[in-house]
Amino acid sequence: MEAEAAKLIGAGLAAIGAGLAAGGVGNVFGSFLQGALRNPAAADSQQGRLFIGFAAAELLGLLAFVVAMILIFVA
Amino acid sequence: MAGESGKIDPMHQFQIEPLAKLDLFGYDISFTNSSLFMLVVLGAIWVFMAGGMKRELVPGRWQMAVEGVTGFINNMMSSSIGPEGKKYVPLVFSLFMFILFANFMGMMPIGIVPGAHAFTVTSHLTVTAVLAVLSFGTVLVVGLWKHGLHFFSLFVPHGTPWWLLWLIPLIELFSFLIRPFSLALRLFVAMTAGHVLMKVLAGFVINGLNAEALWVAPLVALPSFILMIGITLLELLVCAIQAYVFALLTSLYINDAVNLH
Repeated sequence: MEAEAAKLIGAGLAAIGAGLAAGGVGNVFGSFLQGALRNPAAADSQQGRLFIGFAAAELLGLLAFVVAMILIFVA
Repeated sequence: MAGESGKIDPMHQFQIEPLAKLDLFGYDISFTNSSLFMLVVLGAIWVFMAGGMKRELVPGRWQMAVEGVTGFINNMMSSSIGPEGKKYVPLVFSLFMFILFANFMGMMPIGIVPGAHAFTVTSHLTVTAVLAVLSFGTVLVVGLWKHGLHFFSLFVPHGTPWWLLWLIPLIELFSFLIRPFSLALRLFVAMTAGHVLMKVLAGFVINGLNAEALWVAPLVALPSFILMIGITLLELLVCAIQAYVFALLTSLYINDAVNLH
């Protein structure tokens, strides 16, 4: 296989990671909403934790983007 | 094809162009569009803060806005660190405001002025890395200053079983050392990815309108334009969330240094 074609295929495969991270971020907010609807009084105090979870899940999706960008522009 | 001649490069917006050439001992310290936008951000923050710090007894709208932001950071610090968090409010507040204004300044429609281009300061790893080093360095200095060598007990959480003492500190050390990288990378990539996406969609709109085939404009350009409005709103949300996440994580890391688990 040509090296250029392999790079593009690799970048496309890295996009799967972005999709999985979307699932992760959705899970974070979905679970938060589930808990918040059961106990709305405690929801406000947990918003910091919500965003920590969001940041952790999002970072991995962004790393997938970085991998794709490195494959296309750097490697 | 018409698209070929007017090819739109989504990465061009991140190019740093020197506005005034400067040279110091052989190092290139030119005044670039990045430096210009840092100054613009600084000026915007200065205007925003100066307008709201008149200490009126009955706060007006502007003062309420400034008090809202300071109160927000103040709350975050005292809830994640405790009463000792007050000392670190200025640092986290400065980081938060700089990132927030830099993110928003890159989203401003400055491009409608011919020849001018908006530049997102935080879309460069060098800038976000310096911000992350500021946050990480504070953690190190505060931790070592307050607790001395006892600071390293951070790597051994309470209740670690003795037969895991060889593994847990290693993992904790690794997760500690990766913090500045994750802080810098998150902000940089979130900004870069969002702007690339917006420029790609803008390219669809422009190339679709210029296409020779008439069906392309309503079928490609119009949906892309509508999608772009939504993505722009999402991007504004991401700007605020990234600034908030950076400030929040910094406050948590400082909490580690101040209270040692």
